Amino acid sequence: MTTTVNPPTPEQQQGIGTRLRHGREAIAQRWHDAPRWVRWAALVALIAFFYALPNKEFYQYLGPIPTTGSNFTQVLFTVSIYVLLAVGLNIVVGFAGLLDLGYFGFFAVGAYTVAVLTSPSSNLKTLWPWLLVVPIAIALTMVSGVMLGTPTLRLRGDYLALVTLGFAEMIRIAAVSSDFLKGQRGFNQIPHPPGKYADGKPFFGVLDARPYYWLVLTLIILVVIGVRNLTHSRVGRAWISIREDEDAAQLMGVPTFKFKLWAFASGAAIAGLAGALFAGKQNFVNSQNFELLNSIIILAAVILGGSGNIVGAIVGGGLVAYMIERFRGIELFGVELYEYRFLFFGLVLVVMMIFRPQGLIPNRRRAAEFKDRRKEVIVGE
Amino acid sequence: MLLEIDDVSLLYGRIQALHGISLTVGEGEIVALIGANGAGKSTTMRAISGIRPIASGAIRFEGEDISKLRADLRVRRGLCQAPEGRGIFPGMTVLENLDMGAYTRRDRAGIAQDLNRVLELFPRLAERRKQAGGTLSGGEQQMLAVGRALMSRPKLLLLDEPSMGLAPMLIQQIFSIITEINEQGTTILLVEQNAQQALARAHRAYVLETGRIVKSGTGAELLHDPSVKEAYLGVA
Repeated sequence: MTTTVNPPTPEQQQGIGTRLRHGREAIAQRWHDAPRWVRWAALVALIAFFYALPNKEFYQYLGPIPTTGSNFTQVLFTVSIYVLLAVGLNIVVGFAGLLDLGYFGFFAVGAYTVAVLTSPSSNLKTLWPWLLVVPIAIALTMVSGVMLGTPTLRLRGDYLALVTLGFAEMIRIAAVSSDFLKGQRGFNQIPHPPGKYADGKPFFGVLDARPYYWLVLTLIILVVIGVRNLTHSRVGRAWISIREDEDAAQLMGVPTFKFKLWAFASGAAIAGLAGALFAGKQNFVNSQNFELLNSIIILAAVILGGSGNIVGAIVGGGLVAYMIERFRGIELFGVELYEYRFLFFGLVLVVMMIFRPQGLIPNRRRAAEFKDRRKEVIVGE
Repeated sequence: MLLEIDDVSLLYGRIQALHGISLTVGEGEIVALIGANGAGKSTTMRAISGIRPIASGAIRFEGEDISKLRADLRVRRGLCQAPEGRGIFPGMTVLENLDMGAYTRRDRAGIAQDLNRVLELFPRLAERRKQAGGTLSGGEQQMLAVGRALMSRPKLLLLDEPSMGLAPMLIQQIFSIITEINEQGTTILLVEQNAQQALARAHRAYVLETGRIVKSGTGAELLHDPSVKEAYLGVA
């Protein structure tokens, strides 16, 4: 009997990274080729899954997915807030290509607007209902975005990164030290969103986080639909052209400053909405909620997921927020992994930078831009 | 005069890049601006298209002073530049790039017509219409930049070094296309290091040296001018 040795197929010769990429591309291609109704059905199923997820009757069958160290429903709420923030920051960083290092500052503006106007501990004593204050919070964050953007977006390069970084710190320090914003003591008894069950019990209570999660999930869906429409319009084309080559965009007649400001303000508005939702759930807001690290985490989430891609931002935001919580309550060699969460986080980022700088689910264009820049670097050497 | 540049100076920080240059472009002309590296050719282009603010002087387009006008509004008036080198959108496909050229326009029928015209002028772009701009060769990118600028249907087309880095065959080709565009009715201001070709194709030309215009005349005159020959055409 003779044995024949097969020469390695091209597939076998390729590195694991290449094979992974081909795998992903194959999935993307199959998704693309699938009939319309299949894609819709898959999408509806996915959305239904996420609506069902916070129910214990459902998630108890999901093996290791529910978190062990903390209430899974609460975690889901936190994750959903991060996803919303990532979707918003993706407009600024991913679409318009503006490096915003202080995005969480806008989240703080939204949360504090709600706190100041609704809480009995506020000096204003307006005690307005939550729902009335939400649009005010969104409008105020947008205004703060425009105020911050107007002087800085005229400049190119790293100025915006520096100014936004300073802005987030400013908000935090104001929160810590100003009497008006109550520092560590914070604001309590912030009202919840309205709504009652048939038996008169409030829908948005203190113990059950599910309604809040459902609310945020619904808003994420609405925001994503809005952002998607925007990116497929002239606005989106203008943003992408600015990101790819600002001079060229201007030479084609794109009012670059105006569109950068638009991207910045829309991103800020989404963060303001997230802040208002957070305040409405938490009941309590103080200066400890707004560390600088949060801005960095969201930025990292967007980049990790694949900036410039809405799905990427959702996956990135969800994954990062979830992983951080997942580490809670897991012990290895006597230490809780949660303590080392940022070490892992840093490691993941470094690995990503080396092997997949365009993110997990990159945007087709964005990937081409990366290739193009790499060429430029080599030419420059 | 379609374009008049009157005593324009421009500063990069404390360095003066343009020292009071004046030039004109008449309707239907091809005007070339030649000069060595660093003479201020591209800077002049940036001043005209509005990417860099000028320090003094005036830029008039169709008789109106546009020197304070934002760059994007100058495009709307009919002044469009094809930037040098890699000035295309690398992540967008060829068609998307061309579409960006028509950003200021809303007349779908006219845009479609111009798209056909550009794809006829540049058959290579038609072949690669779905390909990302960044994956094109240098020559193709150059063509894309010119085609994209044409999509705005400009009254004045500014071309910044359209022959840069191209093989001799392609240089011939791109200059023929420039002449063709001009014959179809677009006025052209051309910045070039390749003086030979530029002077042969241009109706008139200016020679720029260290931010000053040192010579001007018809293309043919400058082509036979001894000092131009020596400095830019490589013949003594």
